[in-house]
Amino acid sequence: MDKSAATNLHPPRNKGTPLHPEWFENIQVNLSASERRAATMTTRRTVKKEYQAAWLVKAIQCIDLTTLAGDDTDQRVHRLCAKAKRPLRTDIVETLGLADNPPTVGAVCVYPLLVSAAVKALSGSGIPVASVATGFPAGLTPLPQRLSEIRYAVDQGAREIDIVIHRAQVLTQDWTALYDEVSAMREACGEAHLKAILATGDLKTLRNVYKASMVAMMAGADFIKTSTGKEDVNATLPVSLTMVRALRDFGEFTGEKIGFKPAGGLRTAKDALAWIILMKEELGNEWLEPELFRIGASSMLADIERQLEHFITGRYSALSHHALA
Amino acid sequence: MPKVTEVLRTMDYGPAPESSTHVMSWLDQHKNGFGHFIDGEFAGSSGKQQFDALNPATGEVLARVAQGAERDVDAAVKAARKAFRTWSKLSGHDRARRLYAIARLIQKRERFLSVLESMDNGKAIRESRDIDIPLVARHFYHHAGWAELMASEFKGYGPLGVCGQIIPWNFPLLMLAWKIAPALAAGNTVVLKPAEFTPLTALAFAEICREAGLPQGVVNIVCGDGETGAHLVAHKDVDKIAFTGSTEVGRIIRTATAGTAKKLSLELGGKSPFIVYEDADLDAAVEGVVDAIWFNQGQVCCAGSRLLIQEGVAPRFIAKLKRRMDTLRVGSPLDKSVDMGPVVDLVQLNRIRGLVKQGEEEGGTLLQSVCELPAKGNYFAPSLFVDVEPASTVVQEEIFGPIAVAMTFRTPDEAIQLANHTRYGLAATIWSENINLALESAARMKAGIVWINSTNLFDAASGFGGYKESGFGREGGREGMYEYMTADWLETLPPLVDRKTPALSALPAATAEHQSIDRTAKLFIGGKQVRPDSGYSYSVLNAKGKSIGQAGLGNRKDIRNAVEAASKASSWGSATAHNRAQILYYIAENLSARAAEFTNRLMALGSKPKAASEEMGLSIQRIFYYAALADKYDGRVHSTRSRHVTLAMNEPFGVMGILCPDDAPLLGFISLVMPAIAMGNRVVAVPAALAPLAVTDFYQVLETSDLPAGVINIVTGDREELAKTLADHDEVASLWYHGSAAGCAAVEKASAGNLKSTWTNQGRQFDWYNDSHAQGEEYLRHATQIKNIWIPYGE
Repeated sequence: MDKSAATNLHPPRNKGTPLHPEWFENIQVNLSASERRAATMTTRRTVKKEYQAAWLVKAIQCIDLTTLAGDDTDQRVHRLCAKAKRPLRTDIVETLGLADNPPTVGAVCVYPLLVSAAVKALSGSGIPVASVATGFPAGLTPLPQRLSEIRYAVDQGAREIDIVIHRAQVLTQDWTALYDEVSAMREACGEAHLKAILATGDLKTLRNVYKASMVAMMAGADFIKTSTGKEDVNATLPVSLTMVRALRDFGEFTGEKIGFKPAGGLRTAKDALAWIILMKEELGNEWLEPELFRIGASSMLADIERQLEHFITGRYSALSHHALA
Repeated sequence: MPKVTEVLRTMDYGPAPESSTHVMSWLDQHKNGFGHFIDGEFAGSSGKQQFDALNPATGEVLARVAQGAERDVDAAVKAARKAFRTWSKLSGHDRARRLYAIARLIQKRERFLSVLESMDNGKAIRESRDIDIPLVARHFYHHAGWAELMASEFKGYGPLGVCGQIIPWNFPLLMLAWKIAPALAAGNTVVLKPAEFTPLTALAFAEICREAGLPQGVVNIVCGDGETGAHLVAHKDVDKIAFTGSTEVGRIIRTATAGTAKKLSLELGGKSPFIVYEDADLDAAVEGVVDAIWFNQGQVCCAGSRLLIQEGVAPRFIAKLKRRMDTLRVGSPLDKSVDMGPVVDLVQLNRIRGLVKQGEEEGGTLLQSVCELPAKGNYFAPSLFVDVEPASTVVQEEIFGPIAVAMTFRTPDEAIQLANHTRYGLAATIWSENINLALESAARMKAGIVWINSTNLFDAASGFGGYKESGFGREGGREGMYEYMTADWLETLPPLVDRKTPALSALPAATAEHQSIDRTAKLFIGGKQVRPDSGYSYSVLNAKGKSIGQAGLGNRKDIRNAVEAASKASSWGSATAHNRAQILYYIAENLSARAAEFTNRLMALGSKPKAASEEMGLSIQRIFYYAALADKYDGRVHSTRSRHVTLAMNEPFGVMGILCPDDAPLLGFISLVMPAIAMGNRVVAVPAALAPLAVTDFYQVLETSDLPAGVINIVTGDREELAKTLADHDEVASLWYHGSAAGCAAVEKASAGNLKSTWTNQGRQFDWYNDSHAQGEEYLRHATQIKNIWIPYGE
């Protein structure tokens, strides 16, 4: 195994636990209070100048640079991987003083059929390939197919599998079924890390989000992730707040450290800062590293590049001055 | 600045300073010192005594400000009086235009005002920028609306005149807005004294008034300390005093204004409970504590400073709270990433330190945030006392600093008991996801503001103000407007015709009208006829000076017993309004059945037949009137925030003392007691001393009308003596007094003890036969206090 390929993966895997409905069945999540906390998260904290620049570099290191489109091709993925390896223009890297250790993104995230192209393109870079699987985005294909899809992606070299849960199991509160499926998926992943996409836009209530988060973690998810990017509502701060609180509670119960990945709807440098603030406030600095924090995004990087150029030059930049992903 | 690589390692927030350039140049413009703003002009400050406005974060002098002397207050009141003549005559629309202009200009100057407020007071820029100043603008917008609608929404009401307003240093500009906006909307003019720690935004506001084209003299600002405030309170040409500040100073003001006919509203201290039930969203409740007590350095009168946590979740909740406390950032108020700045002044810091020391000496354990504090400035770390009991000093005293105290409870009943067991009654916070429990708790809170699953939410459309020793009167919304108005009819009443009541004699009367069988009028306490504790009776004389019977000479102990009986009859307040109405109707029915007897009694007491018959008829009609209103004096739902229900509920005070007028012995009694009990109060009534027998006959009517014991208690005797005992009594929440001007002054003064709400005739003669004066919602408003319950919703 290429050791450098595992740099962004958190070594101790989530061992999971038996299903403990009593840990979450009586959970209370108050929507308006969550919204108030989320709304003041970014009014209570801000970062400026060098600090902002560093935080944006950190955001880059946590991005799962993603393409999940029906028209993806090997060449499209190749181009994305090139950007993943060199997300910032060399002159910006040098001015920021990062030439010794230029930043790369957290991972590249693609469909299973494009894993091999990505693995090839990223060879030697240390950047892991993540693959969505399990009938992404709806997850409504038979379980054997979903599991074999995972095994296929892992075989192709994916180090991380972003699975989708079967939303009906949450909507009907069938926790045993959800637990069993995610456990089976975890087993199918083998050494690859499992990121459980809850598709929170479909779950609707924050209580559902909390409960689904808990069950996924009990079943062994290494990360919990908000959205596929295909739901009507993707990552929001109140939903993210609920998930990181669940993750914190799970840590209190088990000692396990679980990662968090907001995805979908994060497009700007400002969004990146908002979510880093959320992670820092609710979980602490350990959760600001790619081992425990990823941002699923495709267009955010371009905005971060422009902001960083502005930091360096004091001039507002144009998108065309930075390489396409 | 550290290198990017360094920050990548630490991932610190770093400094995020808000610029003070514009404020500094404003201060520079005024470097010779600020004078008072009187009659539209800034008076020169030269030759005047001055004081320093300090920046609590640095100790630097921001400005020199004139200290208001008596002559400055005189000049300001004179200007306000002159301006009142024209301002009060303007149409509501014309006043609305001016208030609207002020609201707009505040918005356009929002950052300037935020920065200035943070520099002068020490509050974090996040708060002044996102909370204080937007609420200031909102308050002026809202009251521009009331100005516009004054004539149609408040028919029969007019302005008071010149309002003296004294505001605290914790929300300087916001408290100014709460005071000035409603006063101006109603057509009053204002002399306002900002706190000496924080005068600067008020002075900036004066400039905005000028910019907005507010007529000269409508708003006057006189700076200074408590002495300046005392001059304003004592000024003879001031019609109203509105004060926000400590309960201690509130008491002084209540005493000083007693008998002056100045209308008074007091918004005072608190030690507000913050209840966390086991079914609460604990993480949300933790954020609630942050917004409750680590907001504005805990210098918040309505701060949820007394945490009551259900035992089963207490360890987990405290652990979560401790973790959250450690992530708070304390530092320069102008840093945009700071949660808490310094407390306002060294004096306050030392007071906080003293109380904390006492708390530790009494066995409390102080948990403190690990956050770094700046080396200089008046900083105090966010703190939490555990291992404290209801008997601990820090649990009872308002600390007015960033220190919560935490205790546990076992059951909802115990939580409510602990919550209400305080002399204060400003606010309460309840965290529970169970709507039944949350609303039950809210209903039972003895507090003017209740927040469910939220805390410290404010809006101009909602009333704000306390129960008990947290003061009286409301600010904001429709209820707040009444504090700046008076009913037109009240202003037309002539002075009271003083009947010169002779001292009541316990000696046998010289002559008497003999009755066929002697009747004994007793006191009526707790549903029973009882003999006076003194063992004395006095003779009741008719117009010819002949005795027509005796009445008990009630004393302090009778009042004590009556209050205790009234206190026990608390279920009356929770009976349905329909139930209360039915009993009122039944009283009227039984009184009507004995109309001839009562008419005769009134004639025996000196009434002409026609007058006696009219008094009888009106008495029955008035009982019907309040029976009719009992279930129709509804509360409101205020339009505050989206996805919130803000319920304004009319609640009874509890135990009321009612001192009845000498004229119309039965009708006067009925006109005052019926609205009080219709709203759910229990009453200790003292009937007219010279003619008590119509009222003592009346208890037989009560006895046959299913009125629960203790709801109406009747103690006969010397009014002034009994009034004093009632006014002094801490269990009596509200007192109505009809009698001489001197008597009014005496009860108002004595009421300062527990800051009970008082309503007196101000030495005026009420006309009990005139329906438009002697009955109406004005009576119900005085018989109730408004509780605003905030209920956010959403799943």
